[in-house]
Amino acid sequence: MTDAAIRAIPSWAARAARIPGVAWVLPLLLAGFAIVEPGFTSAPNLLNIGIQSAILLLLALPMTFVIMSEGLDLSMGALIGLSSVVLALLLVDGQPLSASATAAIGTGLVFGLVNGLLVVHGGIPPFVVTLGTMGVAQGLALAITDGASVVGIGSVLPALYSTTWAGVPFPVVAGTAAYAIFHVLLYHTRYGSYVFAIGGNREALMLAGVNVNAYHVSIYALAGAIVGGAGLLLTGRMNAGHPVAGIGLEFDAIAAAVLGGTERGYGSLPGTLLGVVAVGVLKNGLNLMAVPSSVQVAGVGLLVLVVLMIDAARRPRS
Amino acid sequence: MSQVVDVETPGRRPIEIPAIVYRVAGIVLIGLGLALMSDAFLTVANLLNVLRQTALLFLIASGLTLVVLAGGLDLSIGANVGLSACLVATAVQATGSVAVGIAVGCASGTIVGVINGALIAGLKLKPIIATYGIMWVLNGLTYWYMQGGTIYGFPGTFRQIGSGYWLGVPVPVYLMAIVLAAGVVFTRLTTWGHQVYAMGANPEAARLSGVPVTARLYLVYAISGGMGGVAGVVYLARLNSAEAGIGDALLLPAIAAVLVGGTSLFGGLGSVPGTLIGAAMLTLVLNGMNLLVISSNWQPLVTGAIVLLAAGIDTVTRKRAEARG
Repeated sequence: MTDAAIRAIPSWAARAARIPGVAWVLPLLLAGFAIVEPGFTSAPNLLNIGIQSAILLLLALPMTFVIMSEGLDLSMGALIGLSSVVLALLLVDGQPLSASATAAIGTGLVFGLVNGLLVVHGGIPPFVVTLGTMGVAQGLALAITDGASVVGIGSVLPALYSTTWAGVPFPVVAGTAAYAIFHVLLYHTRYGSYVFAIGGNREALMLAGVNVNAYHVSIYALAGAIVGGAGLLLTGRMNAGHPVAGIGLEFDAIAAAVLGGTERGYGSLPGTLLGVVAVGVLKNGLNLMAVPSSVQVAGVGLLVLVVLMIDAARRPRS
Repeated sequence: MSQVVDVETPGRRPIEIPAIVYRVAGIVLIGLGLALMSDAFLTVANLLNVLRQTALLFLIASGLTLVVLAGGLDLSIGANVGLSACLVATAVQATGSVAVGIAVGCASGTIVGVINGALIAGLKLKPIIATYGIMWVLNGLTYWYMQGGTIYGFPGTFRQIGSGYWLGVPVPVYLMAIVLAAGVVFTRLTTWGHQVYAMGANPEAARLSGVPVTARLYLVYAISGGMGGVAGVVYLARLNSAEAGIGDALLLPAIAAVLVGGTSLFGGLGSVPGTLIGAAMLTLVLNGMNLLVISSNWQPLVTGAIVLLAAGIDTVTRKRAEARG
């Protein structure tokens, strides 16, 4: 495509080209499930999608930052499991929720820092680093629990999880708050501009005198801490700490971010939100159709590949 | 890695040969340590067992090595082994034929590989995302196909492929030798093999010098997928039982074997024999943990730590090589 051709595109078409493929697929999903499954559009079920999507949103938001910075975090699923186990073990031990939650978030933060340091200062490709820490986190979670669920965590966390504020369940409130914070962080702060620039034009950022490495590490550290925090929701939902409960969640998070059009140097949090909703709708719909969750991952995988193909087809050939 | 470099740029020999020596020395050291710590290690039965496990891991990681050499990645390899094993299980039980089983394994694995190739070489999707997506698609398909069931009990002739012996040596070891020889011939002696290295080292330069990059990408992904299918057959014959989760824990060890074997994740540097050494090292460590009665719950942690260590060494080595010019 020549420069002249690019200039000739009217602005509305340019805007449409920026809308990720998922925006076209999501209505199809909604319509499809609404027709096939009568219960799909009921208010309780829609609320259910929101509750189920909260954990995914908490993972997908920092994943968006990570992917924008030309990275990937495969350790999130194992890490949320480890945080959940740490949290549950401390609660069973009789520690207060505040201390246990701090430990869970701290666990996530440490793993996130390690990821960031190895990626940024070690120069190791992000997927290898996080594949390694995924193994470490999963192994730790299995080893300290002997592979069994940690039950008897008391009633404080489950009670918090099932609180509703003005009819809105706690997980939805937490997800909304997290989205608002990330939105402000990315679009209205200097930090957000740096996140864009790290993947987009790292060199320029460096020449501008910004401590790029520190900011780059902080993206992974933030991701770790948020994942640790999401461990609270997971534990509250299951009323237990389970070492392998989070396995594969990182794929849903990557799927949501990629569906929303996030790539190196470019990310869109509204896009990620759409991606989260799409994954949530797909899983919920498949659930209603009695498709087991172990099979639903194939649906998510297909959704990602289809949307990527749509995006690839719409991209102008260079 | 020494092979190609030895032949084509003898000037780098002093750097490359010690790397292999270090790795072999590493294996000997781990072996010595295990022999001291456990009486059970230096028994014929255990060593044959280590050899068999090494062969299995090598079969899974051998095709992956080519993909990584070409600058790509195949995260679907473990799930591919799993799906292939389950399909082979049904085929063998339905027909009772070993040949049909092998054919089904090779076919299903290769088809998956070609799909990966189409996504990456054809649609230009990023290898990490495309093969990761395929991994979960295969994973879900396998669970759907197996319906929570287990298929077990296969004819003796089929089980021979995984657990049999020939002249006192486990059958998978012969398969390993064949694949190793084929891999060495392909990477060292054929133009296509050299093109794979060239693509990994600098895709743009390779394309401009006339390497059919798209066709070679299809080739390496198809080989990786096909080897996943072959490994699925051998793995199934070894376990004598198939369930949906059969391939779940195979990705991390396969990546570890490739990395520990000195193949660079940045492409263009490494070798198929290196992956054999990597597979042997990893198997020795895991075998040692078994002998020392360390819970298998620790295995992901140890494998993950080994991946990080090997990736760190890879990066440092590469930086040094770059600094040297």
